[in-house]
Amino acid sequence: MEFRHKHILGINELSRDDIVTILDTADSFKEINSRDIKKVPTLRGKTIVNLFFESSTRTRTSFEIAGKRLSADTINITASSSSVTKGETLEDTARNIEAMNPDIIVMRHAASGACHYLAERINSSVINAGDGAHEHPSQALLDLFTMRQHKGSIEGLTVAIIGDIGHSRVARSDLYALNKMGAKVRLCGPGTMMPVGIEQLGAEIFTDMNEAIRDADVVMMLRIQLERQGKTLLPTLREYARFYGLNVNNLKLAKPDALVMHPGPINRGVELSSYVADGPQNVILDQVENGVAVRMALLYLVSGVERGEV
Amino acid sequence: MTYGTTTILDGPGVGRALTRIAHEILECNKGVSNLALVGIRSGGDRLAAELVRRIEQIEGKSAPLGAIDIGMYRDDLASRGTVEVGRTDVPFSLDGKNIILVDDVLFTGRTIRAAMDALIDLGRPRTIQLAVLIDRGHRELPIRPDYVGRNVPTSRDEKIDVIFNADNCAAEVRLLKPQG
Repeated sequence: MEFRHKHILGINELSRDDIVTILDTADSFKEINSRDIKKVPTLRGKTIVNLFFESSTRTRTSFEIAGKRLSADTINITASSSSVTKGETLEDTARNIEAMNPDIIVMRHAASGACHYLAERINSSVINAGDGAHEHPSQALLDLFTMRQHKGSIEGLTVAIIGDIGHSRVARSDLYALNKMGAKVRLCGPGTMMPVGIEQLGAEIFTDMNEAIRDADVVMMLRIQLERQGKTLLPTLREYARFYGLNVNNLKLAKPDALVMHPGPINRGVELSSYVADGPQNVILDQVENGVAVRMALLYLVSGVERGEV
Repeated sequence: MTYGTTTILDGPGVGRALTRIAHEILECNKGVSNLALVGIRSGGDRLAAELVRRIEQIEGKSAPLGAIDIGMYRDDLASRGTVEVGRTDVPFSLDGKNIILVDDVLFTGRTIRAAMDALIDLGRPRTIQLAVLIDRGHRELPIRPDYVGRNVPTSRDEKIDVIFNADNCAAEVRLLKPQG
């Protein structure tokens, strides 16, 4: 097994073999989460700082639980409670945290590229927990893990990703990851939410949702990010739900055993009807459960790479 | 580096050693009740399966079989870098059981230390006993085996290879001496 990444900044930097290594490692760690005593000593003595400049419940909690189950010390810093609100720059914040010698910094930031910026300037490992509209690698990896768990293999699957592609770092990481693993990716959303030229990254583009989900193996719905876009990109939520919401009827167009996935948090009645969100094809809570195992694998794998290596 | 190879045990030799260990386990534990075998990946798990088959042949009753991976319990993550972590699969409760921990080669004892930590995280066995096919000495921790297939005095730079055949049965044990 060869894993030479000190940082996990994006799926784009990972090879297919790296992804398989991460998923296989996560497979081994998953068993810990069902034990009575959910703790192994693997990362004892390591310090992990969760540095979150954007709000997050799922991802931050998932990274924190992953670190704690591996016996690392985890510390959470959120923007509202930090010196960011007092005017400190990202670099100064990072240097101050680095002076306390953490081994891994898990960062979420509203600016695309913030994690790369940090990784170039400090010695700790950096794991990207979402940077702007760029990448969210741990989410894509847990999506792959969940698909592999239910479908056996990712190669050859047809995956429809539907919603606000333009603002979605999840869509971008999933697109890179699925292409590397040999799946076919369809992207679908209103024209205002589709980045120009995205088909060059290897995806089929749809504006008609029915066409996008026809015979798909996986339907991945994205959250409408009301906090990011104001009101300029879509007229009303009701109209959006009608054209780009997944419900019992249009789900029938997908394969009968198609999986319904969502990175959360879901807007019930907007991108997902409640019947679908709670229906038999949804694997949304499996995604959350698998997220802990995948993040354990990431923390473990970056810890094995010597400081100073890239 | 080139190695000179000596066969320490051939297939029938391994088989006789395992049969004797199976008898000893049954004698010491007075049968199979409350007994379970757990092998350490990736050699001990296959030997544990062979021991369970023999125990079943002798007693007519089987004992539960599990496998653990000690990758997550190593004490040398910093110096060795990331090692592959395999699956731990113990489909029964360890509480109150007499656990036979099985490994292929006993050397420094660090693997066994890690394996005992792993077992204790899964439950509270009544006893943990250690069965190994080869004891090659050089212990660094106060650990000794309860059941040994063969004691093989070695120097530190020699290696021991346990070869398994396509059916996952131990077929040969070789001693490799460095040459030149």
